[in-house]
Amino acid sequence: MTDTTLAPVKAPAPTPRTETPAHRTAKRKAALEWVAVHSLAIAVGLFFLLPFVFVFLTAVMSDDQALTRDLWPKTWEWGNFGTVWETPGFLTWWKNTLLYAGLGTLLAICSSLPVAYALAKFRFRGRNVMMMAVIAAMMLPPQVVIVPMYLFWAKQLDLAGTLWPLIIPMGFGNAFTIFLLRQFLLTIPREYTEAAKIDGCGEFRTLIRVVVPMCKPAISAAALFHFFYSWNDYFGPQIYASENPAAWTLSYGLESFKGAHQTDWNLTMAATVLVMAPVIFLFFFAQKAFVEGVTLTGVKG
Amino acid sequence: MSTVPYGLRAKRRRAAPRAKRAKQALRTLGFLSPWLIGLTVFFLYPLLSTVYFSFMKYDGFTAPTWVGLKNWAYVLQDNPFFWPALRNTLWLMVVMVSLRVVFGLGVGLLITKIKTGAGFFRTLFFLPFLAPPVAATMSFVFLLNPGTGPVNTLLDTIGIEGPQWFNDPSWSKPSLTILALWCVGDLMVIFMAALLDVPKEQYEAADLDGANAWHRFRYVTLPNISPIVLFSVVCGVIATMQYYTEPLVAAKVASGVIGGSGQQFEPGYPEKSTLTVPQVIYNLGFQRFDTGAACVVALVLFVLAMAFTALLMRRRSGFLSAED
Repeated sequence: MTDTTLAPVKAPAPTPRTETPAHRTAKRKAALEWVAVHSLAIAVGLFFLLPFVFVFLTAVMSDDQALTRDLWPKTWEWGNFGTVWETPGFLTWWKNTLLYAGLGTLLAICSSLPVAYALAKFRFRGRNVMMMAVIAAMMLPPQVVIVPMYLFWAKQLDLAGTLWPLIIPMGFGNAFTIFLLRQFLLTIPREYTEAAKIDGCGEFRTLIRVVVPMCKPAISAAALFHFFYSWNDYFGPQIYASENPAAWTLSYGLESFKGAHQTDWNLTMAATVLVMAPVIFLFFFAQKAFVEGVTLTGVKG
Repeated sequence: MSTVPYGLRAKRRRAAPRAKRAKQALRTLGFLSPWLIGLTVFFLYPLLSTVYFSFMKYDGFTAPTWVGLKNWAYVLQDNPFFWPALRNTLWLMVVMVSLRVVFGLGVGLLITKIKTGAGFFRTLFFLPFLAPPVAATMSFVFLLNPGTGPVNTLLDTIGIEGPQWFNDPSWSKPSLTILALWCVGDLMVIFMAALLDVPKEQYEAADLDGANAWHRFRYVTLPNISPIVLFSVVCGVIATMQYYTEPLVAAKVASGVIGGSGQQFEPGYPEKSTLTVPQVIYNLGFQRFDTGAACVVALVLFVLAMAFTALLMRRRSGFLSAED
């Protein structure tokens, strides 16, 4: 008894050069897990990747081959993209989409930022009610109010056949943008805005000079979301612009493209690629801001 | 040490705010003004208007006339699309939403386990979420088309006769579900962030207790992320209520009736199987010019959406609470 207690505590044996069987099994297990995880990742990756691949391969097939069940193009018809590009209307759809997405995003950010700031930083009666209204408006399916909204724009303001009924409302705060910006503004410590006020800044100048530079990532995420939303929007242009092809957007025009090229899957897929490409291109530039934005909506509640 | 007696200081502090409070109220109002206008003009006014029109007969041209509950009776009893659309929406809420959540969680888990090329896989898995819905839907109608589609071609080579996908009423909703699973990137990112937030100590403690992988998932991971799972389910259910573009474009492209071909498009092709509630609103309001009936369906949609939103707000009170 005494022997053992008095004896100096034996340090654990230094890791032996030759591995014990326990080590080996642990190592083998880790290697097996690596193989299992990565094979699964490749399998799942194929599910996400192959649709893009097949769409692209069909987009560069010749007209005749697109009618067959072939998977690989015999000749690479890069001219298909040019044919689509020169389709009457395609360039106009591009311009319209850029106008809708660009101007809409700019307006949405400028009008939503002060609202989000007030909801995050000011104390006032009815703030919770206002916040609930933002969430309710965010969750409300746009189709619920579409009938009176259409009558308002078409009968009272005579703006049917244009994209203005979709752009103008963005100047009056967008619920999702307000929500996203407010969630981020909550994370900015009050000390920063207080310090600006002590330096003699009014609330508006505090917002522009101090808060905006601090929440650039949130603003870019919100802008990206809004840009993508308008780029992808189909319902809005269908309601307001369908009667006037000169006001169509890419998303809406793409469908009619299929109508005009009923059997030409190759041209339709080439058009699809041309509509997808800008969004994916933009994503690679702004991946981080985008992923942060998604996280902000779900986790930091 | 201030020389002002305590009582006086307190008085001054109380006297000042009245003017200041008015100024503050004005300032708050100023900051909120865009939204107050937007809320009134684009939300409250059309909502009340929807209620008003639901009791009116109005075709958009002649003056509206009061018809009482006739529109309600028409929608609930005689409209051929309302109940099928509601049934489809229920199917999508149950099957599509739950599969998306399970798949999103699975992919999120997988991403956190990947050691080599994690960035590449993350980008790849996320990318389809960004594909414009019209483009993605048209791609899938092509991929799954029974004649020349790559999917059935591949199935043929392994000796399986593929289904008719978007052209078969019993396969059209599963086809839409596959498309929705392809676009699972948003859920993947949300789950990924939630999974990384689970405290490491809890896994270590579980390991000491000799937990296997399933135990770790069941007793550590799941309890930690269950609020996010609930959040995704409720958001998915609400998103399903406005599910419009994908089923409509799929039906139009698969039926071959689009863009000025002159043929009448059969809503919900094939056999009303892809009809959703928003499509009924569009059909009634913008194709049949039956404003009253369209507003009735809109109100049903409104009540359903708000019920689930209320549930979300109660469960995630963090949405409302601020810092003080």
